[in-house]
Amino acid sequence: MATTKMVFAGFGGQGILFAGKFMAYNGLIADRQVSWLPSYGPEMRGGTANCNVIVSDEPIGSPIVDKPDVLVAMNLPSLDKYEDTVVPGGKIFVDSTLIERKVRRTDVDVYYIPATRLASEKKLDTLANMIITGKLVKEVDGFSLDNVQEVLSHIVSARHQDLLGFNRDALELGYNYQ
Amino acid sequence: MSEKVLMKGNEAIAEAAIKAGCNFYFGYPITPQTEVAAYMAKRMPKIGGTFLQAESEIAAINMVIGVASTGKRVMTSSSSPGISLKSEGISYLAGCDLPALVVNVQRGGPGLGGIQPSQSDYFQATKGGGHGDYRNIVLAPSSVQEMAALTVKGFNLADKYRMVAMILADGTMGQMMEPVAIDDIEIETGEKPWALTGTECRRPRNIVNSLYLKPDVLEQKNFERFEKYKQIEENEALYESYMMDDADICIVSFGITARIAKNAIATARAKGIKAGLIRPITLWPFPKKPLLEAADKCRAFISVELSMGQLVEDVELATRCKKPVYLCNRTGGMIPSPDEVVAAIEKADKEAK
Repeated sequence: MATTKMVFAGFGGQGILFAGKFMAYNGLIADRQVSWLPSYGPEMRGGTANCNVIVSDEPIGSPIVDKPDVLVAMNLPSLDKYEDTVVPGGKIFVDSTLIERKVRRTDVDVYYIPATRLASEKKLDTLANMIITGKLVKEVDGFSLDNVQEVLSHIVSARHQDLLGFNRDALELGYNYQ
Repeated sequence: MSEKVLMKGNEAIAEAAIKAGCNFYFGYPITPQTEVAAYMAKRMPKIGGTFLQAESEIAAINMVIGVASTGKRVMTSSSSPGISLKSEGISYLAGCDLPALVVNVQRGGPGLGGIQPSQSDYFQATKGGGHGDYRNIVLAPSSVQEMAALTVKGFNLADKYRMVAMILADGTMGQMMEPVAIDDIEIETGEKPWALTGTECRRPRNIVNSLYLKPDVLEQKNFERFEKYKQIEENEALYESYMMDDADICIVSFGITARIAKNAIATARAKGIKAGLIRPITLWPFPKKPLLEAADKCRAFISVELSMGQLVEDVELATRCKKPVYLCNRTGGMIPSPDEVVAAIEKADKEAK
């Protein structure tokens, strides 16, 4: 039985909570158990933001992720804070445009994606979060982009449905990034 | 069954309240429960209900008293410091025998405290809070689905017994999203012949009041109320029993910490320690019976809680101190890791013979 525990972390405004929500709905639509727990309070007004997401085939106990299988780090403070918490054999996804240093751990799989630069080049500004999430979907077992349209329709608010296509493009860009 | 959607716990409370027939919400914003008010602000105008952001928590609870006395379903919500402000009004609701739902999405205290999750309003919720001899029915959800289900249950119990039902949640419960299906709502309101609805010259007038200057009359009122409380203690206690069949060590915990305890129990069992959990779903009435029964089978109890040791006192009382009761706790907005709970289980297993 598979359980994937994820931490998404970065600056407020990078779409950290949104990326986590995408993964949670991805699990929900596949009929799996999910939980999504955000940091809340001052973080929402700028500063650091993070969220804990669990997708599992079993009922979920604590929604708090203290030892993630997957870390998405979109700024240096987040990598500094969470690098050591990832389980051995886990996966770390790094926005290499914003984080210059390499991951120090040698017992995890690391993926460097210049998500912020790609977003800027492809006119997908503010969608670095979904580019890096696309790569996550590709590399982590149990997830796919098969129902991407349906998942996005749940999390993109009604008045922003025109942005749905850009989100999908960003996810696919990350998914196919080598 | 309706489709499951992801909802924040706070939103699930608001939506369930509306489905339960609550058309009146009065509140004042405070982290981490503001989504309840935000959701109500959006939805109430669409269903012809009333959302009102009061000038203060005290004003909001007094508006609740007003609507409750007309027999309509009404609620307010806040977080710890705001509940302290509402406590006078909650006592008046009790004194007037009025049904209402009060939601407390707890944060660290005392004082203004912090905004991170806490369970340190346990005493306030279960032992009084306001002045005088009274009780609230206190419900402690442990998932977003339960945030919805216990909101409906709270309204039903409040109406049935003409008293305040309180949802005692915490910041994580309010903020987290989980799949939730809000359907199969059973609304049980019953007749409310006491309500202030206008006599239309057809019946004697009703009076809603908590002032009784003759001590013998007030004493009689309190006796009657406690007869009702006795019935509730006998009939309404709810709990979840988890892996208790062969348990040597019994954890007692509610809300978010009960979920952490479940992770710890899996780890402890993998290490060969038979641990289980009794999770009170009603904190008042407290599920004393299953705890007393467990005291004959288990070697030790551990109260896992987000306070300096409040729930632990009820565990000691319920088990009549037949077995040692340990405390595993964090406070101020900190949350124990499953490993900390496992360590507490191992300690209890080693020490308690």
